Amino acid sequence: MNRIGVFVCHCGTNIAATVDVHRVAETLGKEPSVVIAKDYQYMCSEAGQNMIKDAIREYGLTGLVVCSCSPRMHEATFRKAAASAGLNPYLVEIANIREQDSWIHKDIEEATEKAVILGRTAIAKVQLNTPLTAGESPVTKRALVIGGGIAGIQTALDIAEAGFEVDIVEKQPTIGGKMAQIDKTFPTLDCAACILTPKMVDCAQNDKITIYSYSEVAAVSGFVGNFSVKIKRKARFVDETKCTGCGLCTEKCPQKKVPNEFNLGLDNRRAIYIPFAQAVPKVATIDPDYCNMLKNGKCGVCAKVCGAQAIDYKAQDTYVEQQYGAIVVATGFNPINIDAYDEYAYSQSQNVVTSLELERLMNAAGPNGGTLLRPSDKKHPKTIVFVQCVGSRCDDSRGKGYCSKICCMYTAKHAMLIREKYPDTNVYVFYIDVRTPGKNFDEFYRRAVEQYNVHYVKGQVGKVVPKSDGNLIVYGSDLIEGKRLVIDADMVVLAAAIEPDKSARSIATMLTASMDTNDFFTEAHPKLRPVESPTAGIFLSGVCQGPKDIPETVAQATACAGKVIGLLVKDKLTCNPCVAHSDELMCNGCSSCEKVCPYGAITYEEKGFRQPDRTTKMRRVAIVNEAVCQGCGACTVACPSGAMDLKGFANKQIMAEVDAICL
Amino acid sequence: MTYTYFPGCTLRTKAKDLDHYLRISAEKLGMELIEPADWQCCGGAYSNAKDEIANKLSSVRIIMDADKNTGKVLTVCSACHNVLKRVNDDLKNDENFAFKVNNYMKPEVPYSGNVEVIHFLEALRDEVGFDKLASMVVKPFTGKKIAAYYGCLLLRPGKVMAMDDPENPVIMENFIKAIGGTPVIYARRNECCGGYAVMEDPAIAAKRSGAIIENAKDMGADLMVTACPLCMYNLKKTGPDTGIYYFTELLAEALGLKED
Repeated sequence: MNRIGVFVCHCGTNIAATVDVHRVAETLGKEPSVVIAKDYQYMCSEAGQNMIKDAIREYGLTGLVVCSCSPRMHEATFRKAAASAGLNPYLVEIANIREQDSWIHKDIEEATEKAVILGRTAIAKVQLNTPLTAGESPVTKRALVIGGGIAGIQTALDIAEAGFEVDIVEKQPTIGGKMAQIDKTFPTLDCAACILTPKMVDCAQNDKITIYSYSEVAAVSGFVGNFSVKIKRKARFVDETKCTGCGLCTEKCPQKKVPNEFNLGLDNRRAIYIPFAQAVPKVATIDPDYCNMLKNGKCGVCAKVCGAQAIDYKAQDTYVEQQYGAIVVATGFNPINIDAYDEYAYSQSQNVVTSLELERLMNAAGPNGGTLLRPSDKKHPKTIVFVQCVGSRCDDSRGKGYCSKICCMYTAKHAMLIREKYPDTNVYVFYIDVRTPGKNFDEFYRRAVEQYNVHYVKGQVGKVVPKSDGNLIVYGSDLIEGKRLVIDADMVVLAAAIEPDKSARSIATMLTASMDTNDFFTEAHPKLRPVESPTAGIFLSGVCQGPKDIPETVAQATACAGKVIGLLVKDKLTCNPCVAHSDELMCNGCSSCEKVCPYGAITYEEKGFRQPDRTTKMRRVAIVNEAVCQGCGACTVACPSGAMDLKGFANKQIMAEVDAICL
Repeated sequence: MTYTYFPGCTLRTKAKDLDHYLRISAEKLGMELIEPADWQCCGGAYSNAKDEIANKLSSVRIIMDADKNTGKVLTVCSACHNVLKRVNDDLKNDENFAFKVNNYMKPEVPYSGNVEVIHFLEALRDEVGFDKLASMVVKPFTGKKIAAYYGCLLLRPGKVMAMDDPENPVIMENFIKAIGGTPVIYARRNECCGGYAVMEDPAIAAKRSGAIIENAKDMGADLMVTACPLCMYNLKKTGPDTGIYYFTELLAEALGLKED
C-alpha cells in the first residue's frame, strides 16, 4: 500500500497569489493513497524541508510529491531532504505549479484547477516510481578550453594554477583574440598588448598548458568527467617544433598582396606570415590560398631561406584525440557585417571605418605606425564623427535587438584619445543613450565630455555622403536642440554591433549545449549559475555567453575556472540513475534505438536464450552503457517492441500521468 | 517570354521616351508585351491608409487581368511599379483588403495569388540576363561614367519591393556594366528627388535634386540614368544640362536601335 505525502509551496506570493494553495492541498489530500497534504510558505526553506522530513518519518511515506517551482530549480533540494529522512531520493516527484501555472495564468479559478491536475499527475506517477541508486563514474583530470582570447587564456591560466592540465584550442595561428588587436583599454587607458602579451607568454611557458593553435574541435563524445575530443590541427606547412620565429621567410616571400586580417585588411601581409610580433606560438604559417608553391608548385623561397628547415609544403591536417573532464567554451565574438547599413557609406568610402579598424589605425603596430591618418589620402583627419549603435538595439532584421554593451565605453575612449593626441580635431559622437555602468566608467565618459570637449549629440545619423575629395557630409539630427546637423567630416567611425563567432553554432551542436536566438550560449541559470551551460561539464567564459567588456570577461573567466576546478578535484562523479534500460527478452535487435541515440550509448551483443525445447538460440540484443546514457529517452520512443524503457520515466509512468490528466 | 505590360499615364505624355525605347528594346530582346486594352492610372501614389481601397482598384484590375493570361505584370515607371507591387502584396497578404476587393469587384474567377509584378530592370536581370544582354550590345558605352539614380520608390519598402538592397543596390550598376559603361557609385543615388513636393514648394525639390546632381557629378559622372518620370522631371528642371536619360534610352542605343 502506497503512502504518499503532498506538499504545496506558496513561494511567497509567486504561487499563492494566483493559485489557491490551501484548496490544492485540501483537494489533493483526498486522493487515494495520499496520507498527508500540507501547504507552506516556502517549502525549500529549512522549516519547509523539516516539515517534509518529519512527515516521511511519522507517516512512513513511500512517495513524496512537492507542488512548487520547476524541478530544474529545487528537485535536488527535495531529493536530498527525502534521502536524509531515509526515503530513496528517486521517490520524489515535483509538480511544477509555478513556471507552468501561476506565472503564466491570471485567473485564480483556472490556475487552481490546473495546479490540482498537475499535482494529481505527479501523484499518479510517483506511485510507480522505484527506488534507484546512483552509480559513479571517474573524472579525467584535464580541461579543454575552446578559444584562446583573453577569456580562454584567463580560464586556462587559473585552471593550470590549481595544478590541472589544460589544453587551449585556437583556430587562428596565435592566441590573443580580439584583445590583441585593441590599442588601449578603458577606463584606465593601459595599453592592451602590454597587459595581454605577458599572459600569452605565461600560457606558452606553463607546463600544465598545451596550446593547439591553428586548430579546431572536430568531434566531441562522452559526458561530464569523461569527454573524448578530436582536435583537428590544420596544416600550417611549417614545423612548429623547428621554426624559431625569426621571420626571415615573412620578409622574403614574394607574395606581398595578401590582406592582413590582423589589421582588418587595412594593409597587406605575405603568404607566409606571423600574425603579429608578440604572437604565441611565434611560428610562421603558410596561407594556402595565396602561396604560389602550394597553388602551382612554383616558388619555394621560404624553404630556401629557412635556416631551421622548418618549411614542409607536403604537410597534411592531423588529428589529436584527447580525454577531458570538463570543456570550457570561450569562442568570443566578431563585429557584425555592416553592409546592410550602407546609409553610412561604409562600402563607398575608405574613410568610413569600424571602431575595430580605428583601433588598428591608432595602434603603434598598426598600418600607420600609430599616427592617425585617414585611409584614402593619409591626411590627418580634422573632424571625426562617431556613430553609435550601428546594428545594436535594432528593431528590424538588419541588426541585433540587444545592446552590444562595450561600444559606449570604447567610443568615449577613442574620442578622448584623439582629442588628447590631436587637440585640433573636432570630435562628434552621435548616441541613442550613453550607457556606462561599471566601476569608474561614468567618470571616464564625463571626462570625455567635460575635460576633452567631445561633442556628444543625442540623435542619429541618417546619411553619410562621400565626396570625391574623400570628405564626408554627415547628416544627423540633434534631438535635444531639435535641429538638423550637417557636418563636413574627414572620417566617420561606426560602432558596429558584436555577435558570437560563427564557429559557436557548430561547437554548440557538438557539445549539445544550448544557445539563445542570437547564438549566445545559454547559462544554466541567468543569476545563480552564470558560468555553466545546462549541459553538465560544459562551462562558459567570455562573450560567447553575452556581450562583455574586458574586466567582466576576465571576472567570468576566473569564475569559470573556479567551477572547472571544483569539478576536476573530485575523483568520482555521481551518475544520473534515470537511464535507459533494455528488456532483452523483448528486444529484437532492430537497431532503431542505436540510430537515434545522440550519445552513442547503445551497443549490441549476441546472446544465447534458452528455448522451450531446451536448445539455446543466439539473438542480437541492445545493451545500454549506463555511464554514457544521459536519459534523454529518445530510444524509448524509437523502440518498436517496447523493450527500451527509461528508469524513473518508465512508459507506464508516463501513461499513468496522461491518464491522470485525461481521465 | 510574354508579359502584361502596364505603361502608366505619364508614359503617354511626358515620358514618351521611357516607353518608346522600352518597346523597341524589348522586341529586340525577344520579350512579347501585351498591353491591356483598357488600363487606367495605377492610382499615382500608394495609399498607406489601411481602409483606403477605392484608389487601389485600378491596380487590382491590371493584376486580375494578368492573372487571366500572362501571370506577369511588367512595369517601368518607378511610381507605377511601386503602387502595383504593393497592391499585389496586399492582395496576397492582407486578408481584409482581399476580401473587400473581391466583394466589390466580384471577379468571375477569384484572384489566384500567383501574379508577379516585375520591373523591366528585373526582367533584364532575371529573365534576359545581364550576360546575354551584354552579348547583344552593338554600341557599348565604353569609357562613359554613368551614375544610376534609383530615387526612393524603386527600392522601398525593401521587403515588399524585394528588387535589391535598398541601401546598397547593384541592379542598375550591373545594367550599366552590361551596356559597356562604368558605373559611378554615389551616396545620394537612393535619395528622394523631391517628388510631388515640386507642386507645393518647388524650392524644396530643387534643393533635393540639386544635391543629387552635385553628388553624382562630384563622383565623376558623365551621364545619369533613371527609371522614374517624376525624378526625370525634377532633375531636369533643376539641372537642364545634367545629361540625364531614361535607362531604356541607353539600352536602345547600346542595342543599336536608336534613330539619330
